This record gives sequence, C-alpha cells and structure tokens, in this order.
Amino acid sequence: MTDYDVIVVGGGPAGSMAAEAAAKQGAKTILLEKDRDIGYPVRCGEGVGATGLRKFIEPDPGWIATTISKVRMRSPDNTQVNFGMDDAGYVLHRRLFDYALANRASQAGAEIQTRAYVDGLILEDEYVRGVKYQYMGETRKLTANIVIAADGVESRVGRMAGLRTASKLKDMDSGYQATVGNIDVDQEMIDFYVGDNWAPGGYLWIFPKGDGMANIGLGINGIYGKDHNPHDMIHAFLRQYFPTASVLTSVCGGIPLGKTLKKITAKGIMLTGDAAHMVNPVTGGGIITGMEGGQIAGDVAGQCIQAGDYSEQAMKAYPERWHKAEGKNHEALYRIAQGIAEITDDQLNKIAHRLVKTPSENLSLLKIFTAVAREKPKMLLDVTRAFAGF
Amino acid sequence: MMILVKDNRCDFCGTCVGVCPVDAIELREADISIIHDTCIDCDICIWVCPIDVLSSDAKEEVKHD
Ligand SMILES: Cc1cc2nc3c(=O)[nH]c(=O)nc-3n(C[C@H](O)[C@H](O)[C@H](O)COP(=O)(O)OP(=O)(O)OC[C@H]3O[C@@H](n4cnc5c(N)ncnc54)[C@H](O)[C@@H]3O)c2cc1C
Ligand code: SF4
Ligand code: SF4
Repeated sequence: MTDYDVIVVGGGPAGSMAAEAAAKQGAKTILLEKDRDIGYPVRCGEGVGATGLRKFIEPDPGWIATTISKVRMRSPDNTQVNFGMDDAGYVLHRRLFDYALANRASQAGAEIQTRAYVDGLILEDEYVRGVKYQYMGETRKLTANIVIAADGVESRVGRMAGLRTASKLKDMDSGYQATVGNIDVDQEMIDFYVGDNWAPGGYLWIFPKGDGMANIGLGINGIYGKDHNPHDMIHAFLRQYFPTASVLTSVCGGIPLGKTLKKITAKGIMLTGDAAHMVNPVTGGGIITGMEGGQIAGDVAGQCIQAGDYSEQAMKAYPERWHKAEGKNHEALYRIAQGIAEITDDQLNKIAHRLVKTPSENLSLLKIFTAVAREKPKMLLDVTRAFAGF
Repeated sequence: MMILVKDNRCDFCGTCVGVCPVDAIELREADISIIHDTCIDCDICIWVCPIDVLSSDAKEEVKHD
C-alpha cells in the first residue's frame, strides 16, 4: 500500500489542475508546495486569452483585474502599431487565481500541503515510488504510485528521476516585473515594446490592472543577460515614461521558452507546465498551456490508478494527448520564435512603418505575422501552420 | 573559482536553477546555496539572474587587482 495514489509537486496552475484532474478520477492525491503561500509571490505578467482560459475555468470577477480588447506594439523607433483582438484577453490577479485553482483541486478531494519542500525521490529499481520533503525542519517521506512534477522553472524533481530538464541559456528569458501604482494607462489595452533598447531578444509589457495600477515587466533572452540587467532596465523605463509611478511590488522570474522536453514521463513520474517547458515560445505565456498540460497529466494519472497500471506504457497517453492538443503548434511557434530572434531593429522598424499604414481595425495578429514573415520568408510556413492550427 | 551569492539580494525566483546544467543550485522558499563540488563554473547562472545576485570570485579578484 502506498500513502497516496498521486503526489503532485508544485502548486502553480499546472500542479493545481493536475491535482484536480487526478482527484476527480478518484485518485487519492496530495499536492506539495514549498512556499508558505499558494500563488505568491506572483512572478508573472498575468495576461491570458479568454478562449484559452474558458476551456478550463469560467472567468470570475474575483480574480480578473481587467478585460483587454486592444493591443499596441512599439517598434524600436517607437512607431506605434495599434490593433484589435479577435479574442478578448484578461489580466488576472494571479495570487487570487492560483488560490481559486488550488481551492478547486481541494474541493475535488486533493489534499494540499504548503511549506513542503521536495528535495528527493524515493526510487526502487529506477521506478519513482514517492518523495522526500522538508516540512518545518523535519524530513518526511510519502509513497505513491505516480509523482507529477509541476515544480515550475526550476524543474529539479524531473532531474532527480534522471530526466534532463535544464534550459539552454538561449531558451531562458530573464525577467523582471513590477506592479506599479499611480499610473495612467488605457485600461483596455496591452502595450508592448520590442527591440534592443528596452528588450533585447524579448519584449517589455504594460498590462493594466485597474485602479490606476499596471503590471509592467520585461523578459530578455538569457544570452543578453551577460550585459543587461532587467531590474535596472525596468527602473530606467519607469523613470523615462512614468516618473511619478510608484513600485508596489517587484519580483524577478525566469521563463523557459524552449521546446517541450522530449521526455515528459519516466518510470512513475510525469512532468508538466514550466517544468516540462510547455510555455508558448513566442509569447512567453505559460498559464493556459500549463493548465492544459497539468489537466492531461492528472487525468492520465487518474486513469492509470483506476486501471492499476502505472507502467511507462500506460502513462504514454500523457505525451500523446499533449502532443495532439498543443505539441505540433508549440513546435511551429518555437521555430517562429527563432526567426523573430534574428530580426534586427531596422527590420522591426520597417515592418512597423508598413503596418501603421493599415487602419487598426483591419489589422490582426495574422496580418502582423505575415508582415514579419515578409522580412523572414522562411517563417511563412510556420506562421501559416500556427494560425491555421495544423 | 567559486560562484558567490551576494548577501540579501536573492529573490528566490529559480531562473538560475532552471539553466544550471549540473543541478548545482539548491533553492528553498527563502534560501539559496551553490553546491560547489558539483558546479562546473560555466557562469550562465550569473548571466541569467535578472538582478545580478551571483558572481564568480575569480572575476571579483580580477576586478580588484
Ligand atoms: C516575469 C514573468 C512574466 C510572465 N508573464 C506571463 C503572462 O503574462 N501570461 C502567461 O500566460 N504566462 C506568463 N508567464 C509564465 C507563467 O508565469 C508560467 O508559465 C506559469 O506560472 C507556469 O505554471 P506552473 O504551474 O508550471 O509553474 P509555477 O506557477 O511556477 O508553479 C511551480 C510551483 O512549484 C513550486 N515548487 C518548485 N520547486 C518545488 C519543490 N522542490 N517542492 C515543492 N514545491 C516546489 C514553486 O514554489 C511554485 O509555486 C510569465 C513568467 C514570468 C517569470
Ligand atoms: S556556474 Fe554553471 S554549473 Fe555552476 S552553479 Fe552556475 S550554472 Fe551551475
Ligand atoms: S536567478 Fe538570481 S534572484 Fe533568481 S534565484 Fe537565482 S540568484 Fe536568486
């Protein structure tokens, strides 16, 4: 007998969705989170698309800060391209959002334990049979038939099982994010700055959070981290554009932008969310993809438990379902991201100059990507693929 | 050479842990340590840290020479 059927490590969106899905299949499930608080600190821009979100949870005014209908992109020479969105977007209060997801998991029957730092696995004949964790200075052990590692950007639990989860430097964005007060920005618009000045190999964002507040952040490609410091850059940006704004919270964070790991399962373990590199490589958005990955992982784990079959063969349904749901699209997006990374500031300006001539109501993300692909023709096929969804 | 952590500056975000090729960084809720025996001094954790918390003592020495 094991202590649990399923142990989930990490209480972010991926972990909570996994725990909920497993518990719903009747699996005796526990989620272990190292921090004393689910959902905090928030290391995130908190932006999501409405359609993606709705697949997993009904939007709740309790955790939605603002509803977004407009986008602005600024090229390096500050040419502003405005466009509408086919789909609404939301800026979340992630602290509350992550709470809601964890609460849902516990309502489905999963136990949740905070302050539980997993620092080892119980291994038997190369099979993961449980975890070791630290709780309030005490070492504890729990056994289970399946461990789901949803431990975010660090992804150490997978490594303990022998999987290679480290990101390459070029596939890791180094990020810094501030929630600022006393700022006057359009509450329905998300605003992006691209180019070497503010965001080498990445972008700077302004996401409105209501009540004169905004989430302002920056992700730069890890390669540029050698000569750039995102903390200093955000503060310089605020001094230049919003000198009267005050920083209410500031945190740093890393965004793994590589391709989803080739192996997201091993004997007795599944990896999901950031830990499995499921983030959209173009946008850096990982909330929805993490929820999706987590839900599939939890669902498959629950089915394995029901069938009493925890073999690698039985767990294969997880990578298969992930690949069908997001995998192909994800790989096309990864190639697009590589193409975008090669675009110079001059080319970005040229693209922006061309796009501003189109009235904003006629601009769509597809048109923008098509304009980008004119500069980088080899991207065209992937852009078409990503938008047509094949 | 040794990777150093500047006192009281770490934000515990895990970005360095995510790139370390040999899993030589241990991070708890509010505690970071470098496992020096495992570290191969590749320095990428220094570059990727968003707030420049990490440094290499070899470089520090060069700077102060
Ligand atoms: C600066 C920044 C901005 C971003 N902006 C956006 C955005 O606007 N939109 C978007 O969709 N995505 C964004 N992302 C990405 C998004 O935040 C992540 O993709 C998402 O949080 C991934 O969810 P997750 O559950 O996989 O991991 P996380 O939310 O990181 O959760 C992992 C959890 O595991 C815990 N944990 C780690 N190790 C252990 C251990 N050993 N034992 C126990 N617990 C452990 C951690 O404490 C953490 O709570 C951003 C990321 C950053 C850094
Ligand atoms: S220098 Fe390289 S090996 Fe050493 S801790 Fe940093 S990333 Fe890991
Ligand atoms: S990247 Fe920097 S701030 Fe983040 S955990 Fe590592 S040393 Fe600390």
